[in-house]
Amino acid sequence: MSKTVAINVKGLSVGYGDYVLLHDADYQVNKGDIFIIMGGSGCGKSSMLRVLTGLLPPLKGEVVINDVDMINGKPRDVQKIREKSGILYQSGALFSSMTLAENIMLPMQQYSDYSPATMRELAGLKLALVGLKGFDDFYPSEISGGMKKRAGLARALALDPDIVYFDEPSAGLDPISSHNLDELIIELNRSLGTTIVVVTHELASIFAIGNNSIFLDAASKTILARGDPKELLKNPPNKTVYEFLTRGEKK
Amino acid sequence: MHTSQTNNPVEFFSKNGVIYITLSGDVLTYNVEKDLQKINEPAQAEVLKIVFMPDGLKAWDSSLILLVYEVVRIAKNKGIEVDLSKLPQNLQDLVNMAFEVDRKPEHKSSSIGGLLEIIGSVTIGLYRAVSGFLNFLGAITLGLGRFLSFRSIMRGTDFCAALEDCGPKALAIVSLISFLVGLILAFVGAVQLQTFGAQIYVASLVTVGMCRIMGAIMVGIIMAGRTGSAYAATIGTMQVNEELDALQTMGLSQIDFLVMPRLLALILAMPILTMLADFMGMVGGAFVGVFLMGLPYQEYWKYAFNAFTLNNFLVGIFHGFCFGIIIALCGCYSGLNCGRDADSVGVATTRSVVYAIVWMIVVTGIITVICQEVGI
Repeated sequence: MSKTVAINVKGLSVGYGDYVLLHDADYQVNKGDIFIIMGGSGCGKSSMLRVLTGLLPPLKGEVVINDVDMINGKPRDVQKIREKSGILYQSGALFSSMTLAENIMLPMQQYSDYSPATMRELAGLKLALVGLKGFDDFYPSEISGGMKKRAGLARALALDPDIVYFDEPSAGLDPISSHNLDELIIELNRSLGTTIVVVTHELASIFAIGNNSIFLDAASKTILARGDPKELLKNPPNKTVYEFLTRGEKK
Repeated sequence: MHTSQTNNPVEFFSKNGVIYITLSGDVLTYNVEKDLQKINEPAQAEVLKIVFMPDGLKAWDSSLILLVYEVVRIAKNKGIEVDLSKLPQNLQDLVNMAFEVDRKPEHKSSSIGGLLEIIGSVTIGLYRAVSGFLNFLGAITLGLGRFLSFRSIMRGTDFCAALEDCGPKALAIVSLISFLVGLILAFVGAVQLQTFGAQIYVASLVTVGMCRIMGAIMVGIIMAGRTGSAYAATIGTMQVNEELDALQTMGLSQIDFLVMPRLLALILAMPILTMLADFMGMVGGAFVGVFLMGLPYQEYWKYAFNAFTLNNFLVGIFHGFCFGIIIALCGCYSGLNCGRDADSVGVATTRSVVYAIVWMIVVTGIITVICQEVGI
């Protein structure tokens, strides 16, 4: 049985002005995948994520999410898809003037008909899901970097998204926090069936959570490999991918 | 054979087409320019080989790595053989590491091009700046429309926080500066008026000056430096921390969420602060008139109130209202267009103050001309 496609990218070129980071990329993310976008520094991983999340217009190409053309589609349809997407930024990107609960309630206030009391309860539940039970009234400045990421994830989950994007989730975390976040991503995927797209170059996370991936190459500005990262390690298609997946080991 | 320097940790001598570079003692924070010139001298054209002799070398730092690296680089270009074998192994490794990276990164030249290029880039920059600001003004207009039709997502708590910051928390500094400006106005006026025996008119001078324009201008300058810059820094930092991205991807309006509370707070606070500045300026003038010039207290205030007109007062308040809009827009616009590094936040902050002060002067000029034309 063929899997349902959640994200379909066709002929996508990513860059800034005249500067092209990646050209003519084609790939698909299936529903329920934990999809890794990996590659060396400067290959355009984060820019690719910015295109997928609508923060950066592509130079050319198509991004279709759940059958909606995100580049040229009707704004209302595009907005519906955005409402069902959550994003965890590198720094957590929590609003510093709000408590953690208020941060999580913000998208609910905008896009749901919950009563304030229910929203408050839901915010507490989302925080409990990411291991921050009882931190509702804390401000972002009062918690650690790892906790900020967890709170950012709780906010990303506020509207029960179909797709959650993660930008370098392990960046700046100690190994244990990083491992715990990986566990959380797997649990989220398993229990809620959420499609996960992760931009990272953290090998431990890539092998721990990923079941599908693309490898972006800065030199050729193309996708150099695709598939399950563990399979790519067993049968590397080329030297660059092998060296990346083995931390620079020479083939 | 000759030695070039004495008591130098690095010495050169040549023999039979071979340059020997002896290293002795401590080669620390050593300047390599002179030695490199020696390698580049035309007289060295016949050199076949360069040999490093580190027999007495004790301690060394990056300057020695640089010397060896540059010697090897120059020698490679000239086709001269270099013998590094006697150097410590770790030094050799570091030099080799430096040579391993031979990729020349792409870097856009920042050199100034021809006149046409400069004109072109300035024109494009101007076009982008103007269209960007017009877009911003359009978005503000739509935001105001949403606010007036109760569809704005502006949070009441954000408005209250902004109002507290630009209202009660600014009272002390506005009062102090306005008092001092009134005092200065009175002093300057008194010196001239005393020559005609008309020092009592100091009261009129200070009242008209403060109420008509000086009160509003002083409050505008204080608030541009204090509040407008804070807006730019806060929103700019949110840009750096990806908070603006988060708002955008959540589909929440940055205008409603960030700009409207600040704009409305300043629109409300500035006229009130201007009234305070007018009063404190008059008090400053009275301080000079009564205590330093010996004018009768009641007489001073009688002349002051006689000079006070509703027109002057309202023109001053209108200035304050306009300045509030300018300061909020310049601060928020600079913050929203901030780059993504710490330096950009500083640039955005500076820009917000400069833009606000320039626009306040321009608007003052326009209001003054209009008032003159309509006889206010």
